[in-house]
Amino acid sequence: MRWIWIDRFTEFRRGEFARSVKQLSLAEDVFTAHFPEYPVMPASLLLEGLAQTGGILVGEINDFKEKVVLAKITKAKFLREALAGDEIAFETTVLYVRPEGAAVRGRILANGEALGEAEITFAHLDQARSQQAFGDRNFVFTGELRSLLESIRK
Amino acid sequence: MTQDEIYQKVSSTLVEALNVEESEVKPDATLQGDLGAESIDFLDIVFRLEREFGIKIPRGELFPESIFQGDPELVQSGKVTDKGMEELRSKMPFADLSRFEQNREVSQISDLFTVDLIARYVEGKLAVSKN
Repeated sequence: MRWIWIDRFTEFRRGEFARSVKQLSLAEDVFTAHFPEYPVMPASLLLEGLAQTGGILVGEINDFKEKVVLAKITKAKFLREALAGDEIAFETTVLYVRPEGAAVRGRILANGEALGEAEITFAHLDQARSQQAFGDRNFVFTGELRSLLESIRK
Repeated sequence: MTQDEIYQKVSSTLVEALNVEESEVKPDATLQGDLGAESIDFLDIVFRLEREFGIKIPRGELFPESIFQGDPELVQSGKVTDKGMEELRSKMPFADLSRFEQNREVSQISDLFTVDLIARYVEGKLAVSKN
């Protein structure tokens, strides 16, 4: 299973706001088990999609030099379920960026209607754990995640 | 803003950041031991305090890092050295070090970070920004 839970960016304002979308197809692997005859997207994966959207927004501020990792979901609230066939939108707004990390406020929509909201804190791995050696390679922002952003810039 | 108002605001900030009950947030409650804060929570707390009180908290000012990094001049055999105590005093003038001074166990440094300490720190910041 590929661990990318957004299809493409539809809006990107540097250091400020990002919006991405994900079409939930019945062909997704996840629906095989979650659940047979009732294909509902796990809320944890919706949060992952939101975190990927926010993580790229935050990572791009420093030209992807920081290893931005999801550190804490301060709060999350879901109003309804996301089902196969829905178009999901992830909207993230930067709350703050500091040398040690950053946070975003996020909204999840299904077919334009509010589905949930969350606040997510990211750590800059090298900054937050300066004694650990993670090397130069940025394993967070690999080609796949970064190419998602390139698609909106073309 | 009175001392009490500052304390109440600090308390509600911690309730929000750490997802704890208001009744658990007492002046001598330690952030890590009693309220279950983890290192990443400090980042969240700093951000919320800045927003709530309209202050700027530079990195390492409220939660200094140097003493925790095992510098042999500051910590030896698990105890904070005289130089380490000086460092603590200069970096954390808002902390009450009298009890810590008695055993200097580096493992107990986290106990210095109480709700009351945060309130005192904010009080100091607000006083400086007023002058």
